[in-house]
Amino acid sequence: MKRILSILSLSALATAHLLGQAATPSPTAALEAAIKSAQMNADNAWMLVSCALVLMMTAPGLALFYGGLVRRKNVLGTMMQSFILMVIGTVLWALIGYSLSFGEGSPYIGDLRYLFLDKVGGDPNATYAATIPHQTFMLFQMMFAIITPALITGAFAERMKFSAMVLFTILWTLLVYYPMAHMVWGNGGLLNAFLGGQIPCLDFAGGTVVHITSGVSALVCALVMGKRKGYPSEPMKPHSLTLSFIGAALLWVGWFGFNAGSALSAGTLATSAFTATHFAAATAALGWILAEWMQHGKPSILGGISGAVAGLVAITPASGFVKPMPALIIGFLAGIFCYFMVVKVKSMMGYDDSLDAFGVHGAGGTLGAILTGVFAVSEINPAFKDASGKILPVGMLEGNGGQVMNQIIGVGIAWVLAIVGTFIILKVIDAVVGLRVSPEEETMGLDLSQHGEEGYSLES
Amino acid sequence: MKKIEAVIQPFKLEEVKEALKAIGIDGMTVTEVRGHGRQKGHKEVYRGQEYQVDLLPKVKIEMVVASPRAEEVISALSAAAKTGKIGDGKIFVYEVSEAIRIRNDERGETAL
Repeated sequence: MKRILSILSLSALATAHLLGQAATPSPTAALEAAIKSAQMNADNAWMLVSCALVLMMTAPGLALFYGGLVRRKNVLGTMMQSFILMVIGTVLWALIGYSLSFGEGSPYIGDLRYLFLDKVGGDPNATYAATIPHQTFMLFQMMFAIITPALITGAFAERMKFSAMVLFTILWTLLVYYPMAHMVWGNGGLLNAFLGGQIPCLDFAGGTVVHITSGVSALVCALVMGKRKGYPSEPMKPHSLTLSFIGAALLWVGWFGFNAGSALSAGTLATSAFTATHFAAATAALGWILAEWMQHGKPSILGGISGAVAGLVAITPASGFVKPMPALIIGFLAGIFCYFMVVKVKSMMGYDDSLDAFGVHGAGGTLGAILTGVFAVSEINPAFKDASGKILPVGMLEGNGGQVMNQIIGVGIAWVLAIVGTFIILKVIDAVVGLRVSPEEETMGLDLSQHGEEGYSLES
Repeated sequence: MKKIEAVIQPFKLEEVKEALKAIGIDGMTVTEVRGHGRQKGHKEVYRGQEYQVDLLPKVKIEMVVASPRAEEVISALSAAAKTGKIGDGKIFVYEVSEAIRIRNDERGETAL
């Protein structure tokens, strides 16, 4: 009813204005206010849905995807590692995380102006997103801070102590995630392409911030913690690819919130990012399946869903900058490249990245971040303008060859921060509480040894 | 009395049950088991990691019958379980010294 009334008054105002009967500024101002409020509500509706979609990626999405890939005795422990991040990640974010990420501090880390979410309310923060409540922006970014450390858990699956995992998560989020998020997306951040960064690096939805930081940290975890007991001589096949399939399908859908939501509005940029996201997932699944079919003689479901996730990872930084055909190309390359990293490079190097967090997120994120600099176009996203407001070329194929170098610098910073940060955090935790469960507990499984329960009770 | 124990292909269970019912056998115990004989297992590949699966799912049927009926049961069972391919399974026959019905302590063939 309220809406109908406001539409009626809006049209009445418009008519009055057109007829020139009310030349005083107040009806125009009221009209503008009504239009602004309508746009804000529309954008806010999409952004709240996006927030929910991104949370759905962590659980049930990632929890099922990873949960199905481990052995039966570790299914709950693995799901818990994702779930606990929805708990800890949220509290940390509310207390200090949002401020450290998005407070306008130095180029490297935010200040404490939004400590305890002070001044983060219904009024938009025009610097970040002028048409949604500041609090919606805060919520949306929180979902990213939750899923990023959850991605790492794939590397140390089936062997990390729960207490150590909780400590790791807290320290990693504070020392690696918040600084990286601030550098790329925070006002005045070193790499921010839109808000005065010294090295403008394009990262639409988190290729560097989310996937490289988590994927590279995952590799460090796998190397520092060592292999699972019995790897690779004992069989450790996924206990339920059905669960993994459901999880991956939920990730695919959730990713529309992740990427299209990163437009921070419900306009054409969101549609473009949605398109690129979906297209890349499709060709990446195709690439992985084809590579596997040719190499092993059979196209597998696990290959299909792994490829789709690899494509979604790779398109993440590019999604708000590229047209549909380049999205198809980026996806296909990511499918093949990540297949090669997971199937060939991992066994060649011999590390036990149990659920391939590095092979998919680290490798796919790096490839995607660099290809963003190749395929980005101003038609989709006029990121760069000169002093007179003239739109400048964005990506290499459009004539801005230097952008690839900026992307590589951004990638390099994310790699270094992830490697150094994760290594130090792991060493400290190892000294304080120890990283791994005991060999007996590892044989028993995390479900019983860490949580005192079983995922499947076949007797009851 | 004889105990007849057969390990068969799981997908043949329904046919075997029907065939036994047709000749009037109304008691049996069925267990899902894993194993292999001369039939070798198969290969599974997960993200390039190969696993050789040697133990395959099978179904074990156990029943005890009066000695004169044993041959009839064996041929019905064998005919129903046969595909002619490797992996069809095996039948083992044992002597049984006693049978007791717990409900009323009947003994011997009347307890079957």
